[in-house]
Amino acid sequence: MNWLRLELPALAENVALVRVTVGSLAAQLPFTLGDIEEIRVAVSEAFSNAVLHAYPQAPAGGLPGTVTVEARVEGDSLEVSVVDRGVGIEDVERARQPAFSTREDRMGLGFVFMESFMDEVTIRTAPGSGTRVLMRKLARKPPDGKADAGVAGSSGAKA
Amino acid sequence: MDIASRKDGMALLVSVSGELDLHTAREFRARVDADYDRFGARDMVFDFARVSFVDSSGLGAILGRYSRAAEKGGQVALAGPQPHVRRLLELAGVMRIIHTYADVEEALRAMGAKEAAAGGDKR
Ligand SMILES: Nc1ncnc2c1ncn2[C@@H]1O[C@H](COP(=O)(O)OP(=O)(O)OP(=O)(O)O)[C@@H](O)[C@H]1O
Ligand SMILES: [Mg+2]
Repeated sequence: MNWLRLELPALAENVALVRVTVGSLAAQLPFTLGDIEEIRVAVSEAFSNAVLHAYPQAPAGGLPGTVTVEARVEGDSLEVSVVDRGVGIEDVERARQPAFSTREDRMGLGFVFMESFMDEVTIRTAPGSGTRVLMRKLARKPPDGKADAGVAGSSGAKA
Repeated sequence: MDIASRKDGMALLVSVSGELDLHTAREFRARVDADYDRFGARDMVFDFARVSFVDSSGLGAILGRYSRAAEKGGQVALAGPQPHVRRLLELAGVMRIIHTYADVEEALRAMGAKEAAAGGDKR
């Protein structure tokens, strides 16, 4: 089973690198193009969160902390983990609420997109020691109809 | 990401191509705000046909532009977003304030029409 591991500083300019790399691994599984787009968004959100929130007191001019991204093909599913050693999340339940953000300039949509686009999202975090976001997505949906029936509120049932 | 803008009536028409994420959103904000002021525009129309990627940071940047336009009584429209981009707007629940149209012509026409319906007498 194929896998990859990236270790890189929590810099905004690395977001594209991470999603392109993980997206390329995902393309080895029978995902649809729409699935791959969803994976790219979810990975972008998890890595962006590490950049935005994990290391608030990064030294001016210096490199912020490190983020470790792992992606693994497990049978027909892709497993992605994004790990930082930053400040952690105080209240995970609250952080997962749509529109909740600790930053005034953000919208609190990152976890909403991760949860909508991946089949499983698990967050392990502790204040002071960092955050691990583990996401899983299955490539072959059961062949009983719509390709993206698994996503809440697909085909505009609810807006 | 590439950005080009020009004025069309009261709207700033911004053509964007590439990916709109945490990194590129910074330049997007700066460019759009500068051109919006420079052209003295009121509305904003974003041609998104060639935007291949948007995430919450990109969406945040678009909503931030909406706030600026709204201050001037302007509207914001997205023309030609690809289906996966449109879906993000739906999930985020912002379709009510960021209207999407099939293409730029339709977006500009719709904005003109709305204005007329709102009682504006513009030619
Ligand atoms: N890696 C992390 N380290 C510390 N805090 C985090 C991390 N990831 C998320 N959080 C916290 O969880 C909150 C919600 O995250 P989420 O991605 O949903 O929204 P956001 O990042 O604030 O806004 P958006 O994603 O729309 O830009 C964040 O505001 C932040 O407080
Ligand atoms: Mg986020």
